[in-house]
Amino acid sequence: MKLKKRIPVIDQVDKFGFWGGKFGGNFVPETLKKPIEDLEIQFNKLKNDKNFIKERDRYFRNWIGSPTRFIKLNNLTKHVGGAQIWSKVVSDANGGAHKIYNATVHCLLAKRSGKKVIIGDTGAGYAGKMLSMAAKKFGLKCKIFMGAKDIKRQQPNVKAMKKNGADVIPVYTGSQTLVDAVSECMRYWVANCDTTAMCVGSTVGPAIFVRICGWSTSQISRELKVQLINEFGVIPKKLRLYNCVGGGSSSFGFWNEFMDYDKTQIEFIGVEAGGPTKSKRHAAPLSYGSKIGILHGAAQYVNQNSDGQIEETESISAGLDYPGISPLHCFLKDVKRARYTAASDEEALKAYQIVTKYENLRPSLEPCHAFSVAIKEAKNLSKNTIVIINSCGDAYKDREILEKKLGKKYVKSN
Amino acid sequence: MLNPISLAFKNTKKEKRPALLTYTVAGDSSKKQSLEILKAISNYADILEVGVPHNTPVADGGQIQTSAYRAIKNGIKMNDIFKIVSDFKKSKNSKPVIFMGYYNMIFQYGENNFLKNCKKSGVNGLIVVDLPWPENKIFSKKCKKNSISFIQLLSPTTSNKRLKSIIKDSHNMIYYISMLSTTGGKLKVSPKKILANYYKIKKISPKKNCVIGFGITEKTISKFKNTDGLVVGNQICKEITRSLNNRQNPVINVSKIVDKLRKKIS
Repeated sequence: MKLKKRIPVIDQVDKFGFWGGKFGGNFVPETLKKPIEDLEIQFNKLKNDKNFIKERDRYFRNWIGSPTRFIKLNNLTKHVGGAQIWSKVVSDANGGAHKIYNATVHCLLAKRSGKKVIIGDTGAGYAGKMLSMAAKKFGLKCKIFMGAKDIKRQQPNVKAMKKNGADVIPVYTGSQTLVDAVSECMRYWVANCDTTAMCVGSTVGPAIFVRICGWSTSQISRELKVQLINEFGVIPKKLRLYNCVGGGSSSFGFWNEFMDYDKTQIEFIGVEAGGPTKSKRHAAPLSYGSKIGILHGAAQYVNQNSDGQIEETESISAGLDYPGISPLHCFLKDVKRARYTAASDEEALKAYQIVTKYENLRPSLEPCHAFSVAIKEAKNLSKNTIVIINSCGDAYKDREILEKKLGKKYVKSN
Repeated sequence: MLNPISLAFKNTKKEKRPALLTYTVAGDSSKKQSLEILKAISNYADILEVGVPHNTPVADGGQIQTSAYRAIKNGIKMNDIFKIVSDFKKSKNSKPVIFMGYYNMIFQYGENNFLKNCKKSGVNGLIVVDLPWPENKIFSKKCKKNSISFIQLLSPTTSNKRLKSIIKDSHNMIYYISMLSTTGGKLKVSPKKILANYYKIKKISPKKNCVIGFGITEKTISKFKNTDGLVVGNQICKEITRSLNNRQNPVINVSKIVDKLRKKIS
């Protein structure tokens, strides 16, 4: 298994949609073969179409608000006392998270193919919120599938979706979280694929959805590359990019443009959700050595029992609470381009306290996992190492959890 | 010797009626009860589809999900499912058995090991919902080598070109999904349209047995009398749930339904 240079990772698939011959693929019911093939043909054509790229960039710039900020966290750097700590504030994007890129691209594709309805899954509610925003913008009807447990714990995003005119459909099966929402969304697509477009909320699902999502979120690293050169004149000699990993869409997008650099120069660190310290459950299939299995149409490392039943996960962050992981990350792990580790619920909360104490930045619980590991490692790194954390979500959606866990003083209203 | 599945179709053709295929989930609501259900319905059905329950099914509707979750909650494991089949096969009126499930269960068991156990326990065919053509080519060949029919699925979205290729690679039985739906959807397409597609498939390969599934119930089944076979699943799973809720015996209630279904096509 080898990572090729000068070919986008999303295009390093074989004819069956596998990365490295074993991750990804299209494990889908026969009914979905045709709509998936149609989407593949459309995307493969449009991703090289100058007019389409122009259109995408126009929406990214004027509507999403690209580029998002790249800032130095001076106080945190001083407090930690090691490497320089920076952040790419992707939560600046319209809607407050990176999910807007994928949602926008899917709506552009749906519009071009004449579909009138778009459906999507959501965990933390960001993917759903952004899809509802984009659907509204492009005049599409929108249905969002969301686990009943997540609906309860991510109310601010649920309200936003409804405000944007989307139907939020609660999913009561299984663990009532993201995994069940994705299943239900795919089932709905099976029954309505002739009239309806589907947006998978992360770099998961059948190969084409992994590719479209990765292509969309790569905007993050495209911006960062320019920002690094503006700031330092060159791409720094020692760079570490920390990102939380649930499905893996923000981390992949944060890293993509730097794929060809040697890992001794630019290292990628993916931080999974380790769950509560006291619980055996987690959402960290890469860190804790889960076996390869098939989930939602793709082969990947996934939490499962010996029979192949998917196991329930546990994490304080709904956005990372997923038993599987993008085939892209399975591939990057096995070719050793990226390193993966996990942070617990408690560590993420602690990181939230530290970051908000020293900086005017309020990362949601998902990126707090990455902050936790970055802060720990930065301490032992030299001053000329540049540590960058993708702050890919805003904590506004988490205020109820934060208030419960940390008390009122950590919650600001906005 | 004719494969038991082919033989079942041969017999029903002699009787000038479609084969009746039932779908129940292994271990629903318990290991013992699901075996009893299989034994009871095999008095009326010709081929029994046995669902291998999975907890992230991407193509099953509410009723079958309920059955699957119930079975998993009651602790059903892959080895128990093989045991149910081998016990069923020892009963005096046993019928051909087809497993229907998702690929991860086979993948975790190991393809070869899985097929070995299928053979040992008496499974005659396999339907793998999320292993479409051409991805299933290698596995379906393995099945054939082990004298197990790999049953290809066709759907209204399958293109003509694909239809021909899939039928060419299929074994003795093909499964036509009547409409765009998860299992258990109401029949939203006219029988005439479904039959038109059915005949299109039969024209490509008149000798291969083609069954129709999805949306087939007591109400709709008689409209498809001139076909090779019909699958009823959702209505049966629903009846198990209903019986349990009303503290009635699902074995009796389900066999009554299958008896009725059979009469409607005889």
